Amino acid sequence: MLRLFSGFAAVSALVAASSAQAQVKIGMIVSYSGQFADTGIQLDNGFKLYMKQKGDTVAGKKVEVIRKDVGGIAPDLAKRLAQELIVRDKADVLGGFELTPNALAAGDVSAEAKKMMVVMNAATSIITTKSPYIARTSVTTPMLNDALGTWAAKSGGIKKVYTLVSDFGPGHDALNAFKEAFTAAGGQIVGSALFPVANMDFGAFVQAAKDSNPDAIYIWTPGGTQPGAIGKALNERGVDTTKIKILGQDELTGVSALKSMGDLGVGIITAAMYDYNLQNPLNQEFVKAYQAEYNREPDIFSMGGYDGAQLIYRSLEKSGGKADGDSLIAAAKGMAWQSPRGPVMIDPETRDIILDVYIRKVEKVNGQLRNVEFAKIEKVKDPVKAKMAK
Amino acid sequence: MALGEVKSASVDHIARRAKWHPLEIVFWLTTPLPFVLTPDYLQLASQIAITALFAISLDLILGYGGLVSLGHAAFFGLGAYTAGLFSKHFWGEPFSGLLLAAIVAGLFGYALSFVIATFRGLALIMITMGIGQLLLEAANSLGWLTGGADGLQGVKMSPLFNRFRFDLYGVTAYAYSLTALFLCFLVARRVTNSPFGLSLRGIRENSTRMLAIGAPNTRRVRMIFTIAAVMAGIAGALLTQTTETVSLETLGFQRSADLLVILILGGVGRLYGGVIGAVIYMIARDQFSGVNPQYWYFWIGMLLIAVVVFLPNGILGGAARLLPKTWVRA
Amino acid sequence: MIGSFVGVLYDGFAYGMLLFLLSVGLSVTLGMMNFVNLAHCAFGMLGGFVAVTLINDLHWPFLATLPAAFVAAAAASVVFERVLYRRLYGKSDLDQCLLTIGIVFMSIASAAWLFGTVQQPVQLPSWLRGSVDIMGRGFGVYRFFLICVALALTGALIAMLEFTRFGARVRAAVDNQRMARGLGIDVDRVFMLTFALGSGLAGLGGALAIDITGLDPSFALAYLVYVLIVVAVGGLSSIGGSFVAATLLGVSDTAGKYYFPEISSFLIYLVMVGILMWRPAGLFGKR
Repeated sequence: MLRLFSGFAAVSALVAASSAQAQVKIGMIVSYSGQFADTGIQLDNGFKLYMKQKGDTVAGKKVEVIRKDVGGIAPDLAKRLAQELIVRDKADVLGGFELTPNALAAGDVSAEAKKMMVVMNAATSIITTKSPYIARTSVTTPMLNDALGTWAAKSGGIKKVYTLVSDFGPGHDALNAFKEAFTAAGGQIVGSALFPVANMDFGAFVQAAKDSNPDAIYIWTPGGTQPGAIGKALNERGVDTTKIKILGQDELTGVSALKSMGDLGVGIITAAMYDYNLQNPLNQEFVKAYQAEYNREPDIFSMGGYDGAQLIYRSLEKSGGKADGDSLIAAAKGMAWQSPRGPVMIDPETRDIILDVYIRKVEKVNGQLRNVEFAKIEKVKDPVKAKMAK
Repeated sequence: MALGEVKSASVDHIARRAKWHPLEIVFWLTTPLPFVLTPDYLQLASQIAITALFAISLDLILGYGGLVSLGHAAFFGLGAYTAGLFSKHFWGEPFSGLLLAAIVAGLFGYALSFVIATFRGLALIMITMGIGQLLLEAANSLGWLTGGADGLQGVKMSPLFNRFRFDLYGVTAYAYSLTALFLCFLVARRVTNSPFGLSLRGIRENSTRMLAIGAPNTRRVRMIFTIAAVMAGIAGALLTQTTETVSLETLGFQRSADLLVILILGGVGRLYGGVIGAVIYMIARDQFSGVNPQYWYFWIGMLLIAVVVFLPNGILGGAARLLPKTWVRA
Repeated sequence: MIGSFVGVLYDGFAYGMLLFLLSVGLSVTLGMMNFVNLAHCAFGMLGGFVAVTLINDLHWPFLATLPAAFVAAAAASVVFERVLYRRLYGKSDLDQCLLTIGIVFMSIASAAWLFGTVQQPVQLPSWLRGSVDIMGRGFGVYRFFLICVALALTGALIAMLEFTRFGARVRAAVDNQRMARGLGIDVDRVFMLTFALGSGLAGLGGALAIDITGLDPSFALAYLVYVLIVVAVGGLSSIGGSFVAATLLGVSDTAGKYYFPEISSFLIYLVMVGILMWRPAGLFGKR
């Protein structure tokens, strides 16, 4: 009975037991249902595609994946699922995590059980500080918006910006990163508004932004239905994107957003770490395989999942199949590889990703809307953790 | 003389109701079984116990007070944030945080009870829902205090009695939640079987007549609402303490709505309905979503419809009609 | 200043009409028939998916998809009414709650299975897109269209329920079932048709709304709260009440976003709680 109470010792014993088996278990905690289901499913599609391409054996071990639905923002559930995956299913690695609160909650479990955890989408900077066993394969919100802010003031010829941001944690982070970089580079914020998370109608917000006569409107939304609605509002209010530029982050002009915006999206400038139109052979191959498998285009979430699986596989290869947290995270630190989105690396200090950020503009190419990249900022690191280190 | 007879009859009635039925004793004796039989499921068991307590709290106001609330998560979330903030800014000893959460939720419930006591029906449902949403929006905009959408960071609990830490297996968590559930259940049972509880039933059945026989309605309704708020606050605090997380969705509409579903599923107005509802709903969810992570909603939906069709008035309500009369009590 | 005020009023009214179109069916099923139909938006979602499929895959003109959405939702609802809803007429409203939430859950999973979780692309015909410039302000064309549809629908519904034989039967059946039966009204059939009307309206509302709200399987739950707010504030069983409530909520919400963006997320709830405390039965409620 006493032994039962000291779960810690039991878990340590477990670590020893599982590394002796010729099997590696990955527990995926993802939203397969609810409001964020599409994000989770695209992420998991990317993950599955990599496993399909590389087979389910790595470093002599068979990879088994256990999938758990967290159904949206539910940190209490995410934490329980992480605990159960480790205690009951004997998972060696935790993966998935498209939402920040869930990733933060599971981070505690990763730290206590000493298990590697790969964050494949959630984009708040602090997540990786929660446990020394966390690595991230997506991107952080500040990375993109810091790059966008600097670019807008220095190369974009933009002086006055109105900001329109979702009243939601990641929105605040994005805004702060953009504002700081933009004003540091000489820009000026002429007005701002926060819109409710469940907002449907953007007419009034866009009107207020337009009435303040800015050079550009900076918009951040968490994806979903809102980008389409914003595009329609911009068009309806007669915002001419050649006169007032629209700036935003990847999801504003994501695959489904562009579909519902149609031609209204032309001219919107966004910062992103990936787009399926990237012109490099590796990506073209990836997109082709993805379309063949799932009959739709990959997006940033697919990329996080794909490289998430890639990081786990590569780390296992490097550790010679040792799946305990210490061996795996040691292998992951400094890991660099060529991804369909360009060269990426896991920062050996912060375990966060280092990658190239693209500045793109929506254009009509052969009758189809595309995010066409026209500037690239290389080897971007998370600015928040860089500041924390100083 | 006649008055004395009536009095002794009613005392008898209350005493009979307060007596423990053998099924109840059996039920509570089975609750520690997961420690032995399913030691891998203790985290789930702990969260079921917390949800059961939350459902009992809603049953007090819905089943006994006759008030339908779609904003009950307000108290749950308030308790959760109180316990979380307390552990972050003061100390991590669980009992003090639990107590404070109960007090804060109770005070809020008491204050709110003045506002809502006179409303019924759809207006009440929507007002409670609106107040819940307002609290949620407030927590969202007070990001400096609550951590906003990322959830409150820095919640850290000390071991229970300085000895039992909240472990990965959930042994401490389940023991703690189950004890809290049992104690709160005893209180709820006592309250509902007291003369006060009976008068609440009277109010629910026919509030005009209760007024006519001289039982003031709103004061009783306010009292039960406050007791329910305290229990919801305790449930919220338990969730915070056993998971060391607090997020906005503890206050969310979804949590209130799910809770109502759980209580109706189990059966309203029987105290055990909430417990059974929580057990069945959460185990079904866990199992369905384990087998079918993407489409488990379908099977849960089917379960709810099947219960309505085959066991009207919830599982316990339906069972009461199927089982022999002596087994169950209305 | 005046220009922006007129613009806000116009946008708010149009937004209100969107809320009205989404919720008017519920004032029929919940309001008149007294059935707690939380699956209302699931029928709306059905209408939305019918419209999207017809436009994108079969290239129907947008206007032709609207009656199709109405008919599809109404027809589907008849099946549900015959098999499930009918059992619970006049029974506990808590059981009605549980039944309809069960239907919502099943509809969400079915939609995800059939159409995937992706946002459905919605493209309006060009004549409904863009805006007309009047005195330097843009007035959205689709908003104008929504307003026209909502006004026409309100008129038609009130006329039908107040002045036709069918309307009289519905009101009789709803007010006093036993008496209505005694007068030779086929209450069963009237209820079925009324329910089909309410759900058909939901389907129509869904088809009209998706251009603004977007469409994915979470539609069935995401707008339920707004729809309930409109019906509660307007007062049960009052079409006119829903119309006024939707207008009021739409205008105050839009004005809040334009003039006080800091508190805009609180506003719709504040307005609702305030009105219901003042008039618990809603603006035009009888009880």
